[in-house]
Amino acid sequence: MSATMNYLDGNAAAGELSRIFATDLTSAEGQCANCAAKMRFAESHLYSHCPGLVARCALCGHVLLRFANVRGRLFLDLRGMTYLRIDAAKQEEASN
Amino acid sequence: MAIISRGFAGRRSAAEAKLPPGQYLTTDFPVLSAGPTPHISLDRWEFTVNDGSNVVKRWDWKSFRELPSETITTDLHCVTRWSKLGTPWEGVSLDVLLADVKTDLPYAMFRSYGDYTTNLPLKDVMNKQAWIAFKYDGADLEPEHGGPARLLVPHLYLWKSAKWVKGMTLMPHDKPGFWESLGYHIYGDPWQEQRYSNE
Repeated sequence: MSATMNYLDGNAAAGELSRIFATDLTSAEGQCANCAAKMRFAESHLYSHCPGLVARCALCGHVLLRFANVRGRLFLDLRGMTYLRIDAAKQEEASN
Repeated sequence: MAIISRGFAGRRSAAEAKLPPGQYLTTDFPVLSAGPTPHISLDRWEFTVNDGSNVVKRWDWKSFRELPSETITTDLHCVTRWSKLGTPWEGVSLDVLLADVKTDLPYAMFRSYGDYTTNLPLKDVMNKQAWIAFKYDGADLEPEHGGPARLLVPHLYLWKSAKWVKGMTLMPHDKPGFWESLGYHIYGDPWQEQRYSNE
């Protein structure tokens, strides 16, 4: 099975995710729960031509994150990642 | 921004059409997808019915296409608010596919290549309400619209009409699929404007 790609990079999720997270999630490192690849969230493949946002692993295509804004109720599913590493100290330093 | 396929035209004008609440009419055919478009070779395609424990029915492409099919002209209503009228399909009715399946299980989870899922009551896919469609407007269904075959359940919002469908699992209780577990309505009747959960 081959596939046609039609995605943005994970940076495009920054606006919606800033409604939830105080820090910039796109620069965080995440680990795919399927293939164990570690990469910055910004490197994920973001699908936005759908009723929400769906970020997929750039290597295996596994769903890393799902987000939907349902009349102001924000639904977030992060089960596709085993962890997210947010370098808060670095972000604070950059903002000073 | 939606992706548009050219060459698809509606049959009725907005003035003639009665649309579900909150919908607008389009004559294009927007493409919405939560992942890459899979290109499934016909020699590897299959559709299975699982009773939760075992596969009870299985078709490859050849045996699927030998089943009696029918043409359907129907309106489509997407939860993202576009509606498209008079769309012409050809497909195999779920009544045909499930004719030999004896079950008391009242729900089904439909599964797609690409790991998409959507849940439906079994009664909503029986009695000429749902098809596995393989042609659109007389031509093989394009991958971007769900080809080689997609579920077609036109009386519910279009996210229920799973593209690239590969099987269904019967269930004793309703269970949310991909979008239903992210705030979208468990049933999705456009005429009741059941877009979101708790509405």
